[in-house]
Amino acid sequence: MKTRLIAFAILLGLPMVAQAGLRVVATTPDFGAIAREVGGDRAEVTSLAKPTEDPHFVDARPSFIVKLNRADVLLEGGAELEIGWLPALLQSTRNPRIAIGAPGRIRCHEGVQLLEVPATLDRSQGDIHAAGNPHYMTDPVNARIVAGRVADAFCRLDPKSADAYRANLKRFSDQLDAKLAEWQKLLEPFRGRHVAAYHNSWPYFARRFGLKIEMFLEPKPGLPVTPAHLAAVMARMKQENARVVIVEPYLDRRTAETAARSTGATALDVAYLPGGVQGTEDSYIKLMDYLVTALAKALAGNTR
Amino acid sequence: MKLKRFLWLSAFCLGVVLPQAQGTNEVQQLQQQLKQLQENFERVQHEQRRQIEALQKQVGALQTAQARPPDKADALAAAPLAAVATAPLETKQPWTPTSPIPLLGGQRNYLNLSFDALFTGGSSTATDVEHLQIGAHDPNQRGFTAQNLEIVFEGMVDPYFRGQASLAGHMEPSGHFHFEAEEAYLETLSLPWNLQLKGGQFLTEFGRLNPTHPHTWGFVDAPLVNARFLGAEGLRNPGARVSWLMPTPFYSELFLAMQNSQGNTAYSFRGSGGHSHDGHAHGDARFGRELLHRETHNLADMLFSPRYAVSFDLSDTQTLLAGASGAFGPNNSGTDTDTRIFGVDLTWKWRSPRHHGGFPFVAWQTEAMARRYEAGAFAEDEDGDGVLDVDLPRETLWDYGFYTQLLWGFHKGWVAGLRGDWVSGERGAFYPDPDRDARWRISPNLTWYPTEFSKLRLQYNYDDRANIGVDHSVWLQFEFLLGAHAAHKF
Repeated sequence: MKTRLIAFAILLGLPMVAQAGLRVVATTPDFGAIAREVGGDRAEVTSLAKPTEDPHFVDARPSFIVKLNRADVLLEGGAELEIGWLPALLQSTRNPRIAIGAPGRIRCHEGVQLLEVPATLDRSQGDIHAAGNPHYMTDPVNARIVAGRVADAFCRLDPKSADAYRANLKRFSDQLDAKLAEWQKLLEPFRGRHVAAYHNSWPYFARRFGLKIEMFLEPKPGLPVTPAHLAAVMARMKQENARVVIVEPYLDRRTAETAARSTGATALDVAYLPGGVQGTEDSYIKLMDYLVTALAKALAGNTR
Repeated sequence: MKLKRFLWLSAFCLGVVLPQAQGTNEVQQLQQQLKQLQENFERVQHEQRRQIEALQKQVGALQTAQARPPDKADALAAAPLAAVATAPLETKQPWTPTSPIPLLGGQRNYLNLSFDALFTGGSSTATDVEHLQIGAHDPNQRGFTAQNLEIVFEGMVDPYFRGQASLAGHMEPSGHFHFEAEEAYLETLSLPWNLQLKGGQFLTEFGRLNPTHPHTWGFVDAPLVNARFLGAEGLRNPGARVSWLMPTPFYSELFLAMQNSQGNTAYSFRGSGGHSHDGHAHGDARFGRELLHRETHNLADMLFSPRYAVSFDLSDTQTLLAGASGAFGPNNSGTDTDTRIFGVDLTWKWRSPRHHGGFPFVAWQTEAMARRYEAGAFAEDEDGDGVLDVDLPRETLWDYGFYTQLLWGFHKGWVAGLRGDWVSGERGAFYPDPDRDARWRISPNLTWYPTEFSKLRLQYNYDDRANIGVDHSVWLQFEFLLGAHAAHKF
């Protein structure tokens, strides 16, 4: 037993020369889903954050250090999404393959035009992100950009499978393009309509689909809902004829329901991470499909 | 340019082939036409130049916005953008002299800088609060205490090292502000064989609490066992540490630190100073013995601290971390005496799969330690009457202690805590000794985090010290953090 353990240790301690596929670690399941689309059966993908949890405050579990230590690729959202936990993990990771600047480190926000870049950094404005709003994956065009960058990285790291990655990327992009046209058609009748949200995670989605998601139950990003603010939001919801309140799985649904009930709107469960709503596990397209159809249904069902 | 020349040429040719016999009127007409053509051409050219310049500007703006040159992926991704109805791109606000210039923090700079301040106000039935609260950063008097004012610098040194320094200070009851370089170390980023080196001044990785800073603690004060065994300031000294992330399928890491064993941050070793308790006429004493000056001669005079930590994910939401630590080095109660401290720790944490801002959660943490202190013989005739007033033999002093704490984050921003402390020592020749006598403490508390950058904490301590008695204390702690966002370790 002892000798076997030692042999095992030596084996794992050596740099991996021959191995099947790329070991990919994604900080959140949306990047994980994209990596799976592009990598197919040639990539072994792990997402650190759970789709239902608040991705800003993930527990830096020691097992994550092990996963990161053995990863060939790290996909991170960047834009301060993981600032509360990823740096602490990386301090112990000691893996040059995913060091900043290494081909295995993909900071997905690079290449994406971030919205809401604050002109001034001032925490009295609540939880702001210095680099801009980090929830850019709710726009399928951004998902497409990220998929392209993931494919590039995979091709660089595993040139033998480059054709397969390119083919996977093409299949995914084509599917996404077709779907995007479909989604835009579905939401087209609601162009310019107001949707209230618990937290400001949806500017990219709103921009892409021509919706106005500008009313938030939180008085400032990350701060608890106050009765006065809620009353003001409800008044504005009525005024702007906002018929839907969207709420993420980790936020207080009861508050959203309260706002919805007294304005005649519907509280709708949404998530920006695949799996955050049941039936959307591991697939970006499934998630967007759900978001668009559920929203279109909610908006249609409540037209005055 | 070419076009212009061509036009001139054609005009010239026209002029040549035109019959000479035609009247001057025609020549004038032609001249007029030519002039018009020229004007038209120049206008078009001007227009084009303007358009090119505008396009160049846009390209420049896009390039700076994207912060990296467009590559194949972008070209690929950008292609269908044209087909898709795109909203207009948001342009960055131009810089104006009135907008602030971000200097530090936020991954945009070479240095992450933060400042943290921790204060406590409160009172205690104990008249000797500075002896009751034995941690250097504990509230130490009735009224207010500036517990910990800390500046942290952090960043990548170069492609090989990460650097971190924290300069921290606290105010003593006298009002004296005690400032110190709490930590300043560099750490390697990627050595072969999953090794990592750390060098500089750092908190020894002994157990769970010792390597952390007071503002990350779940309670107002340091656990008794930490303050008694590892020292009021915690165990830290200049030195070097190597750690090995072991190739097991689960997390397991082995640490070995070698540090200096002298100074007031190596209390149980060749420490100077110490708890103000000793009630001795002399400055430096430990367990009734006057401390000797003991030089560093060889490796055996250094402090060695091994640690092994292992962690398992019990489920999707539950994590267990267990560790065993040791600290071995000489002490200065004799010329050849040494100290050994052994510790085990266990942390269990549950976090809701739908937590918001980290809440709700339950975390249970326990550390138990044993200390074996070889105390040298010490005799003294204090009043000079020829009779020894103090006559302590050489003996081995064993001390034991533990703390166990439960933190329950029951609502976003709210944490209820309960901690139990117990320390005791096997009776030695020097007795009673408030630094070794049995003592236990129960501390319930309630913390409110308005955001992750501030907190307010109310704590009650029920203290029972053998040979002294029971005391009650109430402390209200408040904290604020400015600057770079610190990442939370497990």
